[in-house]
Amino acid sequence: MSAQTSAIAGLRARGWTIDSSAATVVLLLLAAAVFLLIGCLRSTNFAQLTVQGVALGAVYGSLALALVLVYRATHVINFAQGELAMLTTYIAWDLMEHGLSYWAAFAVTLAIAFALGTALEVTIIRPVQHRSVIATVIVTVGLFVLVDGVVNWIWGGDYKFMQSPFGNGSFTVGGVVISHLYVGMVAVVLASVVLVWALFRFTKLGLGMRAAALRPAAASLVGVRVDWMLAIGWGLAAVLGAVAGLMAEPSQIFLSPTLMQPILVYAFAAAVLGGLESPAGAVIGGVAIGVTLTLIVGYVPEISSELQLPFAFAVLLLILLIKPSGLFGRREVRRV
Amino acid sequence: MTALLELEDVEARYGPVHVLHGISLAVEEGSVVAVLGPNGAGKTTTLRAVSGTVRRAGSIRLAGRPLDRLGPAAVARLGVAHVPEGRGTFSELTVWENLRLGAYTRRGSIQPELDRVFTYFPWLSDRRRQQAGTLSGGEQQMLALARAFVHRPRLLLLDEPSLGLAPVLVAELFRIVRELNEEEGLTVLVVEQNAHLALQAANAGYVLEAGRVVLSGSSEELRADDSVRRSYLGY
Repeated sequence: MSAQTSAIAGLRARGWTIDSSAATVVLLLLAAAVFLLIGCLRSTNFAQLTVQGVALGAVYGSLALALVLVYRATHVINFAQGELAMLTTYIAWDLMEHGLSYWAAFAVTLAIAFALGTALEVTIIRPVQHRSVIATVIVTVGLFVLVDGVVNWIWGGDYKFMQSPFGNGSFTVGGVVISHLYVGMVAVVLASVVLVWALFRFTKLGLGMRAAALRPAAASLVGVRVDWMLAIGWGLAAVLGAVAGLMAEPSQIFLSPTLMQPILVYAFAAAVLGGLESPAGAVIGGVAIGVTLTLIVGYVPEISSELQLPFAFAVLLLILLIKPSGLFGRREVRRV
Repeated sequence: MTALLELEDVEARYGPVHVLHGISLAVEEGSVVAVLGPNGAGKTTTLRAVSGTVRRAGSIRLAGRPLDRLGPAAVARLGVAHVPEGRGTFSELTVWENLRLGAYTRRGSIQPELDRVFTYFPWLSDRRRQQAGTLSGGEQQMLALARAFVHRPRLLLLDEPSLGLAPVLVAELFRIVRELNEEEGLTVLVVEQNAHLALQAANAGYVLEAGRVVLSGSSEELRADDSVRRSYLGY
């Protein structure tokens, strides 16, 4: 405990406000990182699985971040977040079928996703949002079914094939084969997460969005157009979802309407693990879930990949029972 | 002097509860006007009617421009800063972010405004990275005032600034309001329980009871009025 106490003291000295539970979380994460590092150094198989887990976890984290953005803005879980990501992946596939290069289709898809997310908030969420949380959640469940139906209707249920944007190559580091795909997935997700974070942290628009999410009434009194901010929040969430969908697709080889359904469950687990209100927590939670699942499936033969999904549910349940506020759940410091 | 803010026969209700029954008042440009009255008289609602945070009917004009169909963000963009009950502090954000939000409707650099506000609240400058929720009640009220000031409003609506503050802080707060009014020409409409302090800072006042204006006049006139003295000044 003395390490923890001195760590807190060190951070306090630098003007940070930190409580002991935050320090516990930091120590926990450090311990996990050390465990992974030692494992990776001792076994190439372990390292191989860890790299794969981080790449998949980045995708879960990206979708989890989308859930968190919507949750912070409108205080509902968007059950259709995964299906929207699947829809935008189909749009990207279609754009490529029409001759666009991968990255051109990628950019156009993100723009479409933003417009789609914003439009959905304005047209179907806003009218019910002030009625009740349940009503809004039911609307998102309806949206799930609607998107699923629309995709099956337009593109059919058969598998589509999509070229991996990062090729099939790989490079070897100390006996560990790291495919370009995994590096690319992590890089793209990381870049989009950093961009979204910078938008929230450093821009006036981002500040307005945070204010609108935290205190809508007070935000409107300083001139923030709260309803626009919520719509933009949905748009950004759809963009992050689109990134998750596009990065998830090559790891699944085929594009099908069920692409995002398991990933949505992992993203739920990641978001809850991160504390549901914490963007950083969602990303860290995503990577943690990705690595844990990959290692368990790799090392525990009884838990085959078919049991991954129930396992993720079990993790979700455990977090909700033991620590519902997750690793980084918001703790308000307030003095009256 | 011309009236910057004019209310004519303003009514407001929360659901079925009628709170304002036809309020008329005027705030001259460059003046401080106090709204006095017992609890439930509609003082807070009067401010909320101006800023658009309650459903209202009747005529509300800012420099001749009707406000009565505008929502709070639009009213704020016309230059009305409303410091609500409870101060409207974004307690999860830093002091600097709170100030930045105060100037949300302004374009370009807000450094001149920040420099000005730091001359009135020098301690804010050192605490700009601190989470606003960790400030004391008095500090939060000062921050709310500073936040409203960087907005460079044409009209400041101040709701119960003395609530929950020690008397020394309340006096300090009203001194700064007076100073902002005299040196920066800030027009203020203030709702206040402490009639003594409010009338000291204000040029004029209105007394509300049960959603109606029952008395109005200059601060001297109100101070001299027997009913005001008995009910609100306590001597």
